[in-house]
Amino acid sequence: MNTSNVNKAILMLALAASCTVQAAENETTDSDRIAAYREMISDGNPAEFDEMRGEELWKTAAGPNQATLEKCDLGKGPGVVKGAYAELPRYFKDTGKVQDLESRLLTCMTTLQGLKEEDISAKPFASEKKASDISSLTTYVVGQSKGIKMAVSVKHPKEKEAYEIGKRIFNYRAGPYDFACSTCHATSGVRIRMQDLPNLSSNKKDAQSAYTSWPAYRVSQGLTRSFQWRLNDCFRQQRFPEPKFASEATVALTMFLAVSANGAKYDGPGLKR
Amino acid sequence: MGKPMKIRAAVKDGVTEVKILMQHEMETGLRKEADGTLVPAWFITEVKAQYQGRTVLEAQFGQSISKNPYLLFHFKGGAAGEKVTVSWVDNKGDTRTDEVAIAA
Repeated sequence: MNTSNVNKAILMLALAASCTVQAAENETTDSDRIAAYREMISDGNPAEFDEMRGEELWKTAAGPNQATLEKCDLGKGPGVVKGAYAELPRYFKDTGKVQDLESRLLTCMTTLQGLKEEDISAKPFASEKKASDISSLTTYVVGQSKGIKMAVSVKHPKEKEAYEIGKRIFNYRAGPYDFACSTCHATSGVRIRMQDLPNLSSNKKDAQSAYTSWPAYRVSQGLTRSFQWRLNDCFRQQRFPEPKFASEATVALTMFLAVSANGAKYDGPGLKR
Repeated sequence: MGKPMKIRAAVKDGVTEVKILMQHEMETGLRKEADGTLVPAWFITEVKAQYQGRTVLEAQFGQSISKNPYLLFHFKGGAAGEKVTVSWVDNKGDTRTDEVAIAA
């Protein structure tokens, strides 16, 4: 064997070896890798910074009334934040409506602090340029339910009604693409690009892990995103008109999804690609 | 002064694990606004971690590091209750220092 043949042999061996490595790598799926990545940086979730910002806002007097939100009743009594998110949405007697966290915060900010609802809902989501107060407040409140079991009630007739409406919205096909939430989220084992699509309608585990990991920090956007934002973006992807912030429709849909997550420990704010 | 960091440090079997989450925009200086103007570079250039006055980690950061960087490292030694100090400097000369007690 001359030198060039030896070189060839080595090259062949190297190629063979790299093929083996490739095959072994293919056995771990992309979602495994994403899970490993999440695990690796789970202690470094930048959503914590948004939680800190939200906590500060919660405790700082603001608005025309110069009041804090510390008397805000999220369903477990005025000022009780711990575990509140695990039981939302729920029916509130004072407003006579079923409310999710964001619509409830909107109520508190208008009634306690005297802020205008139009001003808050004009820009309810954070952007690269400007943080959103209501979004940060949301991140803070959900963080206080970490590790607490989801227990959303449908006992009240209004809650039951919201759940049923939410379920219908989930399955409602419309828009230029004739899309419904269920088009992508009612089949198991499908994916879009490299993302697994959770089956939110008939796979309990999928529905639980999806709901309990929102709100979340989106690494690709460098921002913490609330659940209302998530729904808005789903509607955008379906080419639906953009829903009004904290509208009854979004609350009903949240109700449906939250109830599907019942029994699981809330694990947010999460971390998404 | 920069925004606060989140630091966690814990000692196990004589090795201290330090996890640092920094709050920084980390602008590369290559990105443009919608109107075409360049977003000026703004990123952390140096990170330094000290344990009892001894430097245990020194790092040079650049544009390729993500926004809100997360850094994990280990060093030999450390005891519960002792302090780890982390500081960074960015290209605008801004700096931030935070301290944490090592947990058992």
